[in-house]
Amino acid sequence: MRFRPLQLLMLALALACGLLATAPSRAQDGGADIGALVRAMGEASLRELQAIVSDLAATGDPSVTPSLEALAAGNLYVNDETGAVVIMQRNRMYDPVSEEEIAPVGDTDLSRIRVNNSLRRDIGTALGGLTLMSPNTATRMSAARSMLAARSPDNLPLLEEAIAEETDDAVRRMMNAARAVTILGMPDASLEEKRAAIPVVAQSAGREAATILNAALSTAPEELRPSIEASIAGIERDRAVWGAAQNVWFGISLGSVLLLAAIGLAITFGVMGVINMAHGEMVMLGAYTTFVVQEVIRQSAPGLFDYSLAIALPLAFLVTALVGICIERGVIRLLYGRPLETLLATWGISLILQQAVRSIFGPTNKMVSNPSWMSGAFELGGLTITWSRLWIVVFAIVVFVALLLVLKRTALGLQMRAVTQNRRMASAMGIRTPFVDAMTFGLGSGIAGLAGVALSQIDNVSPNLGQGYIIDSFMVVVFGGVGNLWGTLVGAMTLGIANKFLEPYAGAVLAKILILVLIILFIQRRPRGLFALKGRAVEQ
Amino acid sequence: MTGVHRNLARLGLGVAMTMGALSAVPAFAQDEGPIKVGILHSLSGTMAISETTLRDVMLMLIEQQNAKGGILGRQIEPVVVDTASDWPLAAELARRLIEVDEVDAVFGCWTSVCRKSVLPVFEELNSLLFYPVQYEGEESQRNVFYTGASPNQQAIPAVDYLMDEEGVERWVLAGTDYVYPQTTNLILEQYLLDAGIAQEDILINYTPFGHSDWQTIVSDIVAFGSEGKKTAVVSTINGDANVPFYRELANQGVAAEDIPVVAFSVGEEELSGFDTTPLVGHLAAWNYFMSVDTPENAEFIEAWQSFIGSTDRVTNDPMEAHYIGFNMWVAAVEAAGTTDPDAVIDAIVGVEVPNLTGGVATMLPNHHITKPVLIGEIQDDGQFFVVWETEDLVPGDAWSDFLPESAVLEADWTAPINCGNYNTQTQTCGGSTVTP
Repeated sequence: MRFRPLQLLMLALALACGLLATAPSRAQDGGADIGALVRAMGEASLRELQAIVSDLAATGDPSVTPSLEALAAGNLYVNDETGAVVIMQRNRMYDPVSEEEIAPVGDTDLSRIRVNNSLRRDIGTALGGLTLMSPNTATRMSAARSMLAARSPDNLPLLEEAIAEETDDAVRRMMNAARAVTILGMPDASLEEKRAAIPVVAQSAGREAATILNAALSTAPEELRPSIEASIAGIERDRAVWGAAQNVWFGISLGSVLLLAAIGLAITFGVMGVINMAHGEMVMLGAYTTFVVQEVIRQSAPGLFDYSLAIALPLAFLVTALVGICIERGVIRLLYGRPLETLLATWGISLILQQAVRSIFGPTNKMVSNPSWMSGAFELGGLTITWSRLWIVVFAIVVFVALLLVLKRTALGLQMRAVTQNRRMASAMGIRTPFVDAMTFGLGSGIAGLAGVALSQIDNVSPNLGQGYIIDSFMVVVFGGVGNLWGTLVGAMTLGIANKFLEPYAGAVLAKILILVLIILFIQRRPRGLFALKGRAVEQ
Repeated sequence: MTGVHRNLARLGLGVAMTMGALSAVPAFAQDEGPIKVGILHSLSGTMAISETTLRDVMLMLIEQQNAKGGILGRQIEPVVVDTASDWPLAAELARRLIEVDEVDAVFGCWTSVCRKSVLPVFEELNSLLFYPVQYEGEESQRNVFYTGASPNQQAIPAVDYLMDEEGVERWVLAGTDYVYPQTTNLILEQYLLDAGIAQEDILINYTPFGHSDWQTIVSDIVAFGSEGKKTAVVSTINGDANVPFYRELANQGVAAEDIPVVAFSVGEEELSGFDTTPLVGHLAAWNYFMSVDTPENAEFIEAWQSFIGSTDRVTNDPMEAHYIGFNMWVAAVEAAGTTDPDAVIDAIVGVEVPNLTGGVATMLPNHHITKPVLIGEIQDDGQFFVVWETEDLVPGDAWSDFLPESAVLEADWTAPINCGNYNTQTQTCGGSTVTP
């Protein structure tokens, strides 16, 4: 599957090249020099490519932009027979210099001109210089950003020219930062210029500011040192404050993952009292449902991809709820009141489910992609918040509130509570207790399925997915207090935040151990968890 | 409970007596019928993701050899067992393969802990194990052949590449918390210190198996990388945990141009589990890549994809190691004229077979092999683009030269030394006197 489109592409390209081979390309039109340089890229080694890129940048001619952009993006190809270099985009070929489309005829092979990291950096710098005056704001912004990264004194005149012309505030700020950074790094810039540059860098160079100032500190003249050091200290202070905020955010985010994983268990274990070792596998099934939905969408309706999660949510709920009901009716029903047997039976079920999924889907990880609205991050002050984590926090809260409403405000919820509190009395009142049992277990499993959809976005979708969460889930439910949804919420958040505060000091491994030790101590003092249920039902 | 125990004891006694009777029978049965080869990989549990493929590649190699007429005129019969990612079970199954199924050689294990737990069995019963995965070194055993890379064939060249080509001055050594990353990082740390890197420019970080919440660690890496020096991450993070790690890197906007990650456990198979667009430019060091353009490799890939019945399936480094290991064993058995372990151990040293990257793999006296080292950058199609490779083949070194306690050790399984941990200073067999 991965190779077939590529091969088709190659075929189309190959067809295209015949024409190139017969008709001389217009590459030479942009000046013999540029044409020859571009053509030389076809056969160049990585080192030679580096030289060619800097030669191309040195021409200062905007007509080299398309070929450099294509090279960095991996869209530049070379005809294996004629040595002609072409840009290939969405199955169409263009001349790298004139940007004119080339008709695809012929039967030779094209191969991609490959680049590595340092070359990509060079191209970014080169393009930065060339596109600083582009009419497109976004292009100018990225050009300014690459100038900031490059810090080359050669770019200074160009930058100053661009700053004078710039109309957009944000872009000008970035350009000013780039200029300041460059000046700070230049050995022959005047003291005054440098002094003026320091606050500009500290304010607008973002996360890099400390890096740049630190680098400048080593070469700075004696007079400038105090002011650079003061700026660095200011940045460090900010960073410490934001660091604590960052930890809280990470903790909330981890807590919401724990909450999602545990909330279904809070129903099956907390409310019903079933020690459900197959809970993790319900999460896994939810994740695989997401995978199947995405596969179907990819193949039949790629346009709907951004809605894949919305489609997967109800399906995952239904699939896992059904599996849950089957497990309850088929196995657990026969084992009520025998916790040890239930534990063993559900553990067995979890192994069966794992191996079944492994046999059907194979043992390798499955690719579940993030929809575009869940990719990337944004900066909030000194915090970097990733969209996927933010949505998971929101989702966890929504699921929690929905579940609370179901339990407290619906007839089914009332019956569930009645049955778990006093089965015989509920039965005497005309409630079909076996039906309610099945529905309750189905609800708990379905919610685990929903968690699976969310977790597929941040974790591996493999048959082992559930195993990683089962211990944490039990920990959260027991710590929070069995049978209490609010306890689950508080428990998940407490464990999440405590873990994230310990992690920077103790390391991920030790943090986890410490949390386990703390929970053991806590459970010894308060065996019923944070929020213990009170009343007669508990004593049974 | 005691009843069960007594029965078990009786059963054990019975088995032991049968074994005794079996081993009393001379090896006469072995010269008739097919030659048996054991395949000891996890087909369920956490390691199934990586090891199932190795079982399949072994079955393919055996099928190919049988089509060529087998070895010594006899067909080869694979005996597959599932170690279920359970290491005590692996030792039990290894014993069963050798004693009950009477296999002549075993190909298997992935994790170091699996190798360590089956080692005593192979030593005791004097059989052969071919171990196909890159590992931490510091070991050489008479009955084991290490066809994967030792640290000097993977980790050290990768660090050299980053230092020389990318100008890296600040290092994050991130790994999963178990023996392979711990030992590798110990060697790397010493190597970096020797190369003049300051202690405060090295950050070592361990995470548990299957770690999925990388937010803190990635933000630590970003903070560590913003000190004005070029920073790189050397990752010995194992298998599954890599996916969320790379995802978090991409989400927090860490591009390969800023902080490259070079990984020792991420290959084509692992990458086929996710969208590699955000990973383009990150590195991996291996001795084989599927993208290597040689006729041998093209043939191997074609055979593999037609054997497995899918053109989607990829090949990777441990598969090549099995390919080399199996061919070496075949060559040694043919040279020795028998499958007797002692004869094969003597015959296999010096055996040369072609590898898939256009070179020749030689079995060295320390039971490691020669390999080229390749550094590849991840591409958006899940393949690697080779950006650097060693000019010559690198011989595998069992004992690292960068750790004081092992620098004096040498492994040589040929006469007159015949020792896995020969101390070149005291000229005795039996390990180092330097305490770590």
